[in-house]
Amino acid sequence: MSLALFLALHDMDDMPAGHAMTVMQMHEPWWRRAMQWVTDLFSTPTSIFSPQATPAHTIFSLSMLVLAITLAIFLAVAGMLLYAIIRFRHRAGDSNADPTQVYGSNQIEVLWTVIPILILVVLFLSTARVISVTEQARKPANALDVVVIGHQYWWEYRYPALGVVTANELHLPASDPKAPTPTYMTMSSADVDHSFWVPNLAGKMDLIPNKINVMWIDPHKPGLYLGQCAQYCGTAHAKMLIRVYVDSPADFAKWIAHQKMAAENDPAAAEGKLAFEHTACVNCHTVTGTSAKGKFGPDLTHLASRDTIASGTIKNTPQNLRQWIDDPDSMKPGSLMPKMNLSSLELDAITAYLASLH
Amino acid sequence: MSAYTAVLTQSTDEWQLPDKGKVGMICLIVAEAAIFIIFVLAYIFYLGKSLSGPTPAEVLKLPVLGTVCLLSSSLTVHFAVAALERNEAPLSSLWLALTVLLGGIFLADTAVEWHELIYEHGLTIRTNLFGTTFYSLVGLHASHVIVGLGMLSLVLLFAVAGKLNSSHAHRLHVLSYYWHFVDAVWVVVFIVVYVLGR
Amino acid sequence: MQTAGAMTFDSPPSHPKLWLDAVNEWFTTVDHKRIGMLYIGYALVFLLIAGLEAAVMRIQLAVPNNHFVSPQVFNRMFTMHGTTMVFFVGMPILFGFGNYLVPLMIGARDMAFPRLNAFSFWISAFGGLLLYFSFIGGYGLYGAGTAPDVGWFAYAPLTAKLFSPGHSTDYWILAVFLSGIGSVGTALNIVTTIVCMRCKGMTMARMPLLPWLYLVTSAMVFIAIGPLTAAQMMLGIDRFLGAHFFDVQAGGSAVLWMHFFWIFGHPEVYILVLPAFAFANEIIPVFSRKPIFGYSAMVGATVLIGFISLGVWAHHMFTVGLGPAGNTFFTLATMIISVPTGIKIFNWLATLWGGKIRFATPMIFSIAFLFQFLIAGLTGIMLSAAPFDWQLGNSYFVVAHFHFVLVGAILYMIFAAFYYWFPKMSGRMLSETLGKWHFWLFTIGFHLTFDFMHVPGLMGMPRRIYTYEADRGWAVWNMIESIGMIFQAAAILIFVWNVVRSYRHGEEAGPDPWDAWTLEWSTASPPPHYNFAEEPVVHSRRPLWDLKHPQAPDSDYE
Repeated sequence: MSLALFLALHDMDDMPAGHAMTVMQMHEPWWRRAMQWVTDLFSTPTSIFSPQATPAHTIFSLSMLVLAITLAIFLAVAGMLLYAIIRFRHRAGDSNADPTQVYGSNQIEVLWTVIPILILVVLFLSTARVISVTEQARKPANALDVVVIGHQYWWEYRYPALGVVTANELHLPASDPKAPTPTYMTMSSADVDHSFWVPNLAGKMDLIPNKINVMWIDPHKPGLYLGQCAQYCGTAHAKMLIRVYVDSPADFAKWIAHQKMAAENDPAAAEGKLAFEHTACVNCHTVTGTSAKGKFGPDLTHLASRDTIASGTIKNTPQNLRQWIDDPDSMKPGSLMPKMNLSSLELDAITAYLASLH
Repeated sequence: MSAYTAVLTQSTDEWQLPDKGKVGMICLIVAEAAIFIIFVLAYIFYLGKSLSGPTPAEVLKLPVLGTVCLLSSSLTVHFAVAALERNEAPLSSLWLALTVLLGGIFLADTAVEWHELIYEHGLTIRTNLFGTTFYSLVGLHASHVIVGLGMLSLVLLFAVAGKLNSSHAHRLHVLSYYWHFVDAVWVVVFIVVYVLGR
Repeated sequence: MQTAGAMTFDSPPSHPKLWLDAVNEWFTTVDHKRIGMLYIGYALVFLLIAGLEAAVMRIQLAVPNNHFVSPQVFNRMFTMHGTTMVFFVGMPILFGFGNYLVPLMIGARDMAFPRLNAFSFWISAFGGLLLYFSFIGGYGLYGAGTAPDVGWFAYAPLTAKLFSPGHSTDYWILAVFLSGIGSVGTALNIVTTIVCMRCKGMTMARMPLLPWLYLVTSAMVFIAIGPLTAAQMMLGIDRFLGAHFFDVQAGGSAVLWMHFFWIFGHPEVYILVLPAFAFANEIIPVFSRKPIFGYSAMVGATVLIGFISLGVWAHHMFTVGLGPAGNTFFTLATMIISVPTGIKIFNWLATLWGGKIRFATPMIFSIAFLFQFLIAGLTGIMLSAAPFDWQLGNSYFVVAHFHFVLVGAILYMIFAAFYYWFPKMSGRMLSETLGKWHFWLFTIGFHLTFDFMHVPGLMGMPRRIYTYEADRGWAVWNMIESIGMIFQAAAILIFVWNVVRSYRHGEEAGPDPWDAWTLEWSTASPPPHYNFAEEPVVHSRRPLWDLKHPQAPDSDYE
């Protein structure tokens, strides 16, 4: 219902990602403010009706057609049902004799078989076109390749051509619609089924162990796009959040250059680095330039450059980091990272070290 | 109000409906066939996908003896039914005994084959995808053979005790449907596993 | 109205001397009517339990980052809720009504295989008890595991021993496996009874639509339950014998489980919905005072639905990476199935048209069914478009869609069937006043919960999450949904009270309280254990109409 209002009020391409709508003047008429309230209600960070990349746009257009057709069918059929139960009800004072017994009509059966078939032909052909356009798009030479590996309960991101490995916060370059530079994501899983869903950018695609799936996105505007795992993967499935940072091409190049560097070696954090390298942390985590080469958990080389930890669920502050290392399950129940059982001093040192990994 | 005292306007003397036993058994066969088809599909899907271990071509030999026996047992059970319908119980017992014997040889043949596969080729259900799908499909079939043999042996017991006559022919006929089904499944398994799959 | 039920030389005593006698009778019965009631009673108990599980989930989801239950408990809740509702509420209650009604409607004395009938019930019942035993068999007690938490469709490899240690998944496998055996047994009985035991004159073309739909449903059971049974055997062999059917480390395929499960799972939802259609086919004509419009079209549409439903399963797998050919094919097949389904809705509409509609409780539930099933079908068409499903699949939009079908369509028709046939089963009417309270409270709650549930789906909320972030904009919708749950719970309590009270104190029904036309209304309420004193003979689809209107019998017009 508010979709029509939504469309009437806003030009889709101008809408910033997940951002509440324009500032309202105080003297706006009440009905305009009411409509604004309604559209605000639907302008959420992960709405499928705020497309910011071509796949999401294409699906949005198809969804408008589908919604229009189904709405029309609903109004027609529900209207007739409503009419029938009002018009043909037994009213007090009516005789109790049964009405004319009608058994059927072949012509009518043909009519309401053929008309739905015609509607479906239209629907099917539009849908087939979208499937083809999305899944059989030609990959341009300048596309960026990212490998996405799903884990219980975090996301591994690799940029094979650029030599970068990171986790949980995906950075992509914005793509100019006139000269597209899409990102192609090759996806699989290291353990169970997961699903990558960022509604503003595209439909979801499953990450399945022993299977490779490929999807592409070309976000048009820089910004932060949110999503989360959409295939039940175990206890902490609800906390496997997705953060996609779309940077301008210049910013993206800067980010890549920074990520390629080996881990910072801050002398003030030397004690923590020593402690880190001598505990079990190195069995699961990688910090390039150190002896930590574990692959089970996220890469921590530039941990301090991230806004969040624990796949988007916790703000990356030293205090949170300390508690996370001490008892991950207390912040993300079901997390596969065990309590590290460190002494308070070790905890402080290691936290300081990790917080220094910009 | 009594629907049942309505006057008959046409003759319903020939109100013949199909036989319950046969319809019921056909339903069971359809349901069991659905299970088998899935195991066959899994077998076909995983052909060539094992990451290690023996392949079908390396270790499988055509189970000629078992197959000939099992398929012939369909014939013998058919004769057993025919004989019982003519009330020739002793002859029927003979054909039944032959059926059980042939089925038993099939099982023995399978047992020998499995022994060889396990102890000489090291192929078990957990060795690789081939082992998994082979043993489960052939094993599922063998378990159906065992159930069928059990039922047939029971009938044979009654026959030998002199308690069988033509009034039981119908039930034996229904049982024979099950046995024919088990044979038909073997034809499919034989073709998929031993002919096409090697 | 006196019937041949007065011939009581063979009838059992109406008040057993000992309480134990009564229990023994019910435990050892092979009478299709008793078995039907056992199924229905059993399903009602599980309806309440699974409803409690839903309530727990709705409380947990009412506000973001809630701590009402832990994620471990929540994950068990949605697994048990789904598994219970499908296998231990839906299937039993629909087989229960089928068991009760099919022999009566075709003029038979019992099912074809009464002992198989009893066996099928008890093995399904045992499956349900086994599933719930898993709650007690917790880590502390026997170290056996606890309730399954892998989701009702139990995707591999989450169900592998590696990712689901302990025995919780094993309880799921075994319980559902046993229920499958029971389903096949009952379906076998229904088919054989319909094909082989119709009364004289009842050709297939004169059979009421309810047995027709149960015939198609049962045929689908044979074809659909096999894949589930096979898949569970494979999973069991994986978990216990170290096999590799779904072991991705050994080259096994997670997608193969999905195919096998949904080859069962999709026909399963039609197995659940066709009996609901069957009830509509009987109830709507009686309260419109007209025969069903387009009997042959209804039969044809049902058979078509049965066939096509076997070929649409991968619309549950649009996001798995089937490739454009696969996605396009399954989009087409799923869209096609909407044609026979639509034909049914139109025929019901035409039945109402020109009628003299009476709004007794069975009818108001049926009318709500029509509207709600229409909506469910339309959201299904939306989901059938694969790209749209890429956004909406696995989200709360899907949850809203299938609850519209399962609750809005199927449960509503189950309620309608209750109000319609309870008089036949017990000899007493359910209270119309309480019935209307039940209807309105439930409908308000249903729409509060499930209409608004579409919205979070459109706004990116995936399913099976035990909580959600506050910044997603889902909170207000979840709160509304949770409030709706309260109304539904109240309505169900009223319904249970209605059933319990009316069983002893309801108004006496007599054999034919609704002025209906099929054979079950020609015998006493409740029927004697032999159903009919003399085997009926019929000449049309509505034998009682013919008797009540000898000047214009149906046989002149069919």
